[in-house]
Amino acid sequence: MSKQRLLFEKSGRAVYMSHLDLMRTMKRAFARADILLRHSEGFNPHPLISVALPLSVGQESVCELMDFELIGDMPADLISRLNAALPEGIRAAEAYEAGRKIKEIKWIKAQCLMSYDGGCTPELIEEIKGFLRADSIVIRKKTKRGEGELDLAANMELLELERQYSDTLRLELLVSAAEPTVNPALIVSAFEQLRPELVPDFMKVRRLELYDREKKVFR
Amino acid sequence: MEQKLERILMKVQKPARYTGGEYNQVIKDKSKIDLRVAFCFPDVYEIGMSNLGMRILCGLLNQRDNIWCERVFAPWGDMEEEMRKAQLPLYALESGDPVAEFDVVAFTLGYEMAYTNVLNMLDLSGIPIHSAERKDCFPLVIAGGTCCYHPEPFASFVDICNLGEGEDVLPEIMELCIKAKNEGWDKARLLREAAGIEGVYVPGLYEPEYKPDGTMAAFRPVDGAPKKVTKRIVQNFRESYFPVDTVIPSTEIVHDRVVLELFRGCIRGCRFCQAGYVYRPVRPRSPEILAEQARQALKNSGYDEITLSSLSTSDYRPLNCLCDELLDYCDPRNISLSLPSLRADNFSIDLMERVQRVRRTGLTFAPEAGSQRLRDAINKNVREEDLLNSCRIAFEGGWNGLKLYFMLGLPTETDEDVIAIADLAYKVLNVWKKHAKNKSRGPRITVSTSFFVPKPLTPFQWEAQISMDEYRRRVALLREHLRSKSISYNWHDPETSFIEAALARGDRRMGAVLEEVWRRGARLDSWGEYFSYERWIEAFEACGVDPRFYANRERERDELFPWDFVDVGVRREYMWSEREASRRSQITPDCRKMCMGCGAARIYTGGDCDE
Repeated sequence: MSKQRLLFEKSGRAVYMSHLDLMRTMKRAFARADILLRHSEGFNPHPLISVALPLSVGQESVCELMDFELIGDMPADLISRLNAALPEGIRAAEAYEAGRKIKEIKWIKAQCLMSYDGGCTPELIEEIKGFLRADSIVIRKKTKRGEGELDLAANMELLELERQYSDTLRLELLVSAAEPTVNPALIVSAFEQLRPELVPDFMKVRRLELYDREKKVFR
Repeated sequence: MEQKLERILMKVQKPARYTGGEYNQVIKDKSKIDLRVAFCFPDVYEIGMSNLGMRILCGLLNQRDNIWCERVFAPWGDMEEEMRKAQLPLYALESGDPVAEFDVVAFTLGYEMAYTNVLNMLDLSGIPIHSAERKDCFPLVIAGGTCCYHPEPFASFVDICNLGEGEDVLPEIMELCIKAKNEGWDKARLLREAAGIEGVYVPGLYEPEYKPDGTMAAFRPVDGAPKKVTKRIVQNFRESYFPVDTVIPSTEIVHDRVVLELFRGCIRGCRFCQAGYVYRPVRPRSPEILAEQARQALKNSGYDEITLSSLSTSDYRPLNCLCDELLDYCDPRNISLSLPSLRADNFSIDLMERVQRVRRTGLTFAPEAGSQRLRDAINKNVREEDLLNSCRIAFEGGWNGLKLYFMLGLPTETDEDVIAIADLAYKVLNVWKKHAKNKSRGPRITVSTSFFVPKPLTPFQWEAQISMDEYRRRVALLREHLRSKSISYNWHDPETSFIEAALARGDRRMGAVLEEVWRRGARLDSWGEYFSYERWIEAFEACGVDPRFYANRERERDELFPWDFVDVGVRREYMWSEREASRRSQITPDCRKMCMGCGAARIYTGGDCDE
């Protein structure tokens, strides 16, 4: 049977699960739901599942995608069976035939809630806006080959910035999903490296939507 | 989730172990609960969640509508530091509520090196560590588990100890607590009443007295507490509760699989093995019940691995028929079955081949001693020819890796016995050279030695542990005789085993040492990165307690032991006769060949031993 795709959410206490934890949990949830996944051939068979764009530990998402292959047809009640078998915080939303390639995802829309224990002044908001809308934000970034440089400005777009609570700012960003991969948490690195006084006391990230190169929603 | 915790979790390693929220966790409505229990495992999540005993007891308590039992584990060092910094008290995973708010705080103690974690967890909860400092009934601090067969070293910290298996007695203790709560008893009354339950030991109701030479002169019950406390066992093990619908961790733990318990107890009587004596009598489950439990547990968990667990799995009579039935279920579902604890004398290659079709892991045998004389002395009834025969079958079957486990420092061990370990390893290597099916990759034979720790309630409870220097000398001697490139040798550092030996047969005076070493920073002592021998020695010195008195001293036949008030079924005279037999290198047949009348059957009113 052809490749299927699951749209799911990861939130609440489940955000602390790592990518590998999530893969194990998904595998077990399918088994508990009695939905048989196709396994690889060979000496040590493993179920054929892959989660796109691994999420960092601590970040939420309402738009996670997982590709999988089933033995037999897709059960009509797959979503409800799966949800009954998943732990708190992981919720399956939709399952459908995987059409487009994961590679086509180019942008991720993310929300960042930045807390400033000292409160957010209008000046602070303007400073941050100005900083994140600059033409170039070059930061040092650790890569597999050591340290590299990345221009955040070329790979990120600030969509919204507003005060949500007296001590919390809400940002919406578009970040590049691939080539290069930009983690929204990098804005904190940018503050640390270039404007330490803007570093928030805490930041919570939530993925909101995936887009292709043309900024059309990717499913 | 509390904001404080949310911020901390981003700073620590593997935060998923601190959040709860796993599949199948038990959530109840606090307002409809009579008793809240914080079940504490004094080690990290990955270890505690792998513990079958904890799963059994939490599941058992949660079957009751009026009790809510939640899980608590020790935080790793980084998490502890952040929690203390943020003044976040230790909390239970399910509700997130602070442990200090619970009615009962229950610890399961499986190994001595976890004792400091108990103190640390109480302190992290904001609960005073000494029983005497806790004036109110609740939180009531109770303890159970293997270490409770000799609870004296931690007597001053816990209110109630549960001796033996918890399944039958724990609910009785909980009922008593509910009654105490409803009727507003004071703590003294609750403790007095608890002491009346069979299998319950209330340390505060006993007073030890010592002779000038440091040994015990007397151990007196006060306030009507019983002179002897008899351990509790599950009388109807066959049909007793087994968790088939248990919490499935969201993050990886040590034993991340279904564990099926075939039987309790052991027929063997190895003289060094505490579990072999204290878990008697032998009580098996039927293969029909086990197969059904396995199917249920696999179905409910989604695990792709199941393991059979018992003290000596290959002694389970219907093992072949059980494995066949399990494989019928597992094979079509890509579930693997594994068998630990194989004995070298009744090892079945046929069985191994059938169960390890998918992943061929290495084989491990534990002859424990190198010479036949010493194996007879410890009653490890494995003959060299049986071991070599099992090795031949394994090598012919295509295995090339083999691990051999031994102990150094066993009573009566001589240099000859030490060298015999090397001889045995070379004999195994020769068997490989002669019979290996596939010689292209060479053999991988690993010899490991640990440092023998004499344990209470075994025939070796009278014996001295050899000194650390003597152990190191024997390690060096063995190394000299293991020069083959095909044999690698690993040995345990003796420091932990020496401290363990002191704690294992310690008395109430050990409590001061535990407190002192914890105050000096000891915790997570079963982890190499946290254990500090120097810290322990400094604590012993500060308290004026000599660990050698407990570890390295041979006891007189009639010495009063601090654990003598515990009746585990097996009688002290029987242990002594076994100890004498060991001095003559005389073996005792296993329970199936002949019943030696050890005494364990006395307390088994629910059935016949090994039936």
